[in-house]
Amino acid sequence: MPIFLWLFLLIVLPHIELFLMSLKYENDMGDMVWSLQNYGEFFAEEIYWLTFIRVALYSILVTFLTFVITFPIAFYITKIVSVKYKGFLIILLLMPFWVSELVRVYGWMILLRESGVINYFLQALGLIDKPIEMLYNDVSMIMGLVYTSMLFMVVPLISSLDGMDDSYIEAAHDLGASKIVIFFKIVIPYTAPGIVSGSIVVFMLTLGNYLTPNLMGGKNSLWFTEQIYNQFIASFNWNQGAAFGFLLLILSSFIIWLGLKLTKQNLTKALS
Amino acid sequence: MKKLAIISVAAVTLLSSTLFSAETLKILTWKGYAPKALVEKFEKQTGIKVELTYSNNEEMISKLRATRGAGFDLAQPSQDRISSVQAKYKIYKALDYSKINSSQVITSMLEAVKKNTKVGNESFAVPFCYGTSGLIVNTKLAPNVKDYSDLLNPSYKGKISYRLKRPTLIAIAFSKGDDPFAKYGDVKAYKKLMDGVAKDLKKAKPYVKNYWANGDALLGMIRSGEVTVAMGWDNGGWKLHKENPDLDFIAPKSGALGWIDTFAIPSKAKNVEGAYKWINFILKPENAAYFTNDSGYGTASNGAIALLDAEKKADFQRSFSKADIDNIKWYPPVPAKLEKIEGKILDKIKSAR
Repeated sequence: MPIFLWLFLLIVLPHIELFLMSLKYENDMGDMVWSLQNYGEFFAEEIYWLTFIRVALYSILVTFLTFVITFPIAFYITKIVSVKYKGFLIILLLMPFWVSELVRVYGWMILLRESGVINYFLQALGLIDKPIEMLYNDVSMIMGLVYTSMLFMVVPLISSLDGMDDSYIEAAHDLGASKIVIFFKIVIPYTAPGIVSGSIVVFMLTLGNYLTPNLMGGKNSLWFTEQIYNQFIASFNWNQGAAFGFLLLILSSFIIWLGLKLTKQNLTKALS
Repeated sequence: MKKLAIISVAAVTLLSSTLFSAETLKILTWKGYAPKALVEKFEKQTGIKVELTYSNNEEMISKLRATRGAGFDLAQPSQDRISSVQAKYKIYKALDYSKINSSQVITSMLEAVKKNTKVGNESFAVPFCYGTSGLIVNTKLAPNVKDYSDLLNPSYKGKISYRLKRPTLIAIAFSKGDDPFAKYGDVKAYKKLMDGVAKDLKKAKPYVKNYWANGDALLGMIRSGEVTVAMGWDNGGWKLHKENPDLDFIAPKSGALGWIDTFAIPSKAKNVEGAYKWINFILKPENAAYFTNDSGYGTASNGAIALLDAEKKADFQRSFSKADIDNIKWYPPVPAKLEKIEGKILDKIKSAR
């Protein structure tokens, strides 16, 4: 019972208020009227929907990169290394996440900035003669986003790889399957629920991230969450901001639904 | 179960009684506006505990709007951002000027703030400090910087930084030879002017290193030479000048932008008496002089000027000639509709490629 009270008071109730707010629009006379104008604005103004598409594509890319980087790690920890070191390695993976995201992002900034650590060493080694700006571009922003989301991919991957019996791989190998075939026909299908749940979490976190794009992306990073913040804080237009918030919720849910359909996966199976 | 209920009730009463016994004063302010030494002195004199929350104009308004004026006893918005916000959201209480020791406040400034924050028959603010926005420049690496237009100058490519906020739009409009303040009343003309400004800023986007959001981070980047031309506050430039004479604040040719920050009391403030006590305390000449010597912002306190360090006066005279002072553009109150226009323009600039 307390869980329903919790959900109702902290999640449902505020969303109802935001939803009502998103349906009100200030007309030219300065009166608040019921209208879908706030939603219309999103589609009418190019920058808003273009930003959303850009952010959605970047989030898909980040999700994919995170998977590509973390899968070998998860595989190594569960299947290759001896059981003795497994717990220790998992702790090592978790350790960076004991400090807050803000501190980790600042860590990257100290490394990458023009007067930063990497530039210092490159100059000291004589590889470059003028510091190069490595921050404030899309590459560093994506790297930061991948770094912040790795944990949320690696944990579900480890747990689903853990449940997989090694004898499947051995049997396939004995029957003459190549490594690539084993990977695509045995390992991937077996771990699919873990991949799906990890991907959903990473995709949602990236799409809803505010801090990393803002600090590491700099001048070009307009993330959709930042537009919501701007509507609320800079323009004092809460109605527009609320509408953007709901559009983010609806559109991202739609993308996930589409992803599940295309890969023929099932949400309940992924979360079990 | 019953026992648990009794214990929790007892705990709550105990907690709330301790909260009431120590009187607190919650101030929503800017960083540096309540120096630690003055807070301690105030706590010792009055027994009131001071709690500070750091913010900026936009967040201050949004926070108070979200709570409908509750949660803080005192706020420090800029004088130009009060009247339209108050008319619409009613987040402040009208001030009782008889409770303010007005002999401590520079009369012309008090009258100007009273006039600019008037809604109906009542006014809502007392001036606290003032300063200007202009250019912070590395005069060795960028010797020819004279005006805001240099923020768009390709010869400083990758070494430029400014905020993506309304003061930048206004500064660029002035450097184009226009007067945005004169167009405040005419929404159409203002939008046209700002569209022109947006075009310039988009064109010059390849030259800017980043849009700064944090004053300390900006000073860090200028200190290390990563940035040589920036738009910033005068006291930041003077702070850097003390460390390195090559760095300084320059009053731009088309006029530094003058702001006055104030005290206003939120409409649901709990400790109103404490708020007045703080206002009268911090505007006392010796306290106001300590604040100015510490932070570099100008003070609205009447007798404080005689108590300022010689260095502060030198800073001011170095950056402002007589003509520069006359040329300072003081912000008039912002009418309602403009923020929406500016918000959209800022979004467009940020998303431009």
